[in-house]
Amino acid sequence: SWFLGVIMADHEDDDYQCRIKEGDYVVLKRGDIFKAMQIQPRKKVIFEKQWFFLDNAVGHLYGATFEIVSGGTLQPEKPKDTVSSKEAGTDNRNIVDDGKSQKLTRDDIETLKEQGLKGQQIIDQLIKNSSTFRDKTEYAQDKYIKKKKKKYENTVTILKPSCRILALMYHGREPGKICHMRYDTLAQMLTLANIHAGSKVLVFETCAGLVLGSVMERMGGYGSVIQMYPGGGPVRAGVESFGFPAHFHDMLHEFPICHVNSLLAGTLDTTAQEKKARLEEKRKKLAAAAALLEGRNADGLVIASRFHPCPVLMGLLKFLSPSRPFVVYSQYKEPLIECYTKLREHGGTVNLRLTDTWLRHYQVLPNRTHPVLLMSGGGGYLLSGTTVAMDRSKPAGSQQAEEPAPKRQKLTDTEG
Amino acid sequence: MSFVEYSDFIQDGDVAIVYLSHDSMMPVKVQQGAQTQTRYGVIRHSTDLIGQRYGSKVTCSKGGWVHVLHPTPELWTVSLPHRTQILYTTDIATITMMLELKPGSVVCESGTGSGSLSHAILRTIAPTGHLHTVEFHQQRAEKVAEEFQEHRVDHLVTVRNQDVCKDGFGVTGVADAVFLDIPSPWEAVKHAKAAMKRRGGRVCSFSPCIEQVQRTCETLAEEGFQEISTMEVLLRVHDVRTVSLPLPDFGPDPSEPDTEREAPTTSGPTHAAVTLKTTTPPREIPGHTGYLTFATKPRT
Repeated sequence: SWFLGVIMADHEDDDYQCRIKEGDYVVLKRGDIFKAMQIQPRKKVIFEKQWFFLDNAVGHLYGATFEIVSGGTLQPEKPKDTVSSKEAGTDNRNIVDDGKSQKLTRDDIETLKEQGLKGQQIIDQLIKNSSTFRDKTEYAQDKYIKKKKKKYENTVTILKPSCRILALMYHGREPGKICHMRYDTLAQMLTLANIHAGSKVLVFETCAGLVLGSVMERMGGYGSVIQMYPGGGPVRAGVESFGFPAHFHDMLHEFPICHVNSLLAGTLDTTAQEKKARLEEKRKKLAAAAALLEGRNADGLVIASRFHPCPVLMGLLKFLSPSRPFVVYSQYKEPLIECYTKLREHGGTVNLRLTDTWLRHYQVLPNRTHPVLLMSGGGGYLLSGTTVAMDRSKPAGSQQAEEPAPKRQKLTDTEG
Repeated sequence: MSFVEYSDFIQDGDVAIVYLSHDSMMPVKVQQGAQTQTRYGVIRHSTDLIGQRYGSKVTCSKGGWVHVLHPTPELWTVSLPHRTQILYTTDIATITMMLELKPGSVVCESGTGSGSLSHAILRTIAPTGHLHTVEFHQQRAEKVAEEFQEHRVDHLVTVRNQDVCKDGFGVTGVADAVFLDIPSPWEAVKHAKAAMKRRGGRVCSFSPCIEQVQRTCETLAEEGFQEISTMEVLLRVHDVRTVSLPLPDFGPDPSEPDTEREAPTTSGPTHAAVTLKTTTPPREIPGHTGYLTFATKPRT
């Protein structure tokens, strides 16, 4: 049965959910750069080398774009069309790249900035003072304007956080914090593990809480998530950035892995009442998590950490019901090969797959459509599978071997 | 059993997945008194399935055995009867995240096709969301509606047999996300916009051909969509293999002391070899499926 949290009435025209409020967790965006933060009154924030206050954003709709004006305040952006130059050339055979085409110096541009000229106006000035602009082809002019926009833009868009946006942000900003997990890999994990409302999912991650938060988003507050954690305490900084409603935290539990063995052996005692209120609170939480685990009937397992995945997987699989999915992420392939081998020996799993994904972006423009760049191979690897009832009668060794026997090497006539 | 909620024991009327091997799975409608043929023999539903745990091993009449699994959209995708070309899990997973689907999301989809993506969407938006799916082929629309019922997800979905390019999705101003997998998606962009909530949402168009992508992107931009982005996702499978690499024989080395050299295994009477575990790509890899174009509808 599902735990039904407070269901907010969904008023179609009620903008409440789509307006920026004080205290909200938001994500700032400019181009492909993202940064997560909380809206706090009169707090100076830094984003892309600019300092400003977010106060003026309160009350506006999510997705709104603002200009950063002098003084560091936000002003709603006024959409302006770039003046399309009627003049254009046919090719670049006569354009010499001597670095002298632009007549404005760096100091001139600084002066313009000090005069309070906005990004678009600076770009217009650059175009006016470029001796080669009108000789460029239309496409080259577009490209030039796009490049200048990226450099002189002083706008920022405020977005509502989501798994998609935060995964993009972490991958672009701090990939080390998430074990270099690319966002398409995270997408695969959530689907392969069949994360959905109402289930009981175990998560072991050292990805700053991004994986945990993404699992929670896909469960919508229904069901339960047990964060298994190594060391002192569960790391959840990233979960905050999702800006979940308070009741979502009711579904989140945690359990230290140092107690896993005793829990499995049945020797973990969570009944001894503590005198101190804080310790008693901790004991109750531990007892609650232990109660969810000891039935060994979890519905899914997601592992994504810097720890060697093999012992983590073999230890935590025991908590799953039969016929349930599990997904293990690793930055490297070899540890997953080990996991695969161990699982085949041990039995109790089927449909094992070791995969990685490649994501390729495209620029789509008339007569200029082509791939942008192939993502770096460094997106990480996944091992996925499904649990089955453990076969106690037969010895280990699959009747239908999924791994064909190694072929005998053929010796050609020329070899010895 | 349902495709949106797990259960532990197989019951009469369930749809279960019979797993023979990683490339051989079949869905089975569990029925009192029924039988299912497999290459390992017969499975008798009343004795072998009903009342058994999902995940159990089932021994078939010829002595071979299979496992019976609880259905999931992912297992359904690789075992469902194709009426059309379907979307596979790699694309489905990307679409799900990029459209920001979650419990409570209201989604519009066209064409429904064989229902591969539909089942994945239903799993993600349950229990409070809804899927409005449009299929212009009458028999396919009826078949998929039947399956939604059998899979106990029909309360979450409305199937409409109409042409999305002419008649839209049948609803307006309700969708958080719209998905298009049709030959001429640019003809449906206006309808997608109308179906979406005023406050905005996400749209995705899936097209095998780049020309379709170009027209769709143009129309999306004309209709005021933002953050237009086209990509493709390719899956690489790594098959774990034990390989034995023979070591070359350069003849006895007179400079080296006469110590016993270790050979972990020997593959033949004269050659030493090294065994290692590695991965190889499968002989054929699925390459291109289609381009995914995403965009955001701002508040209107």
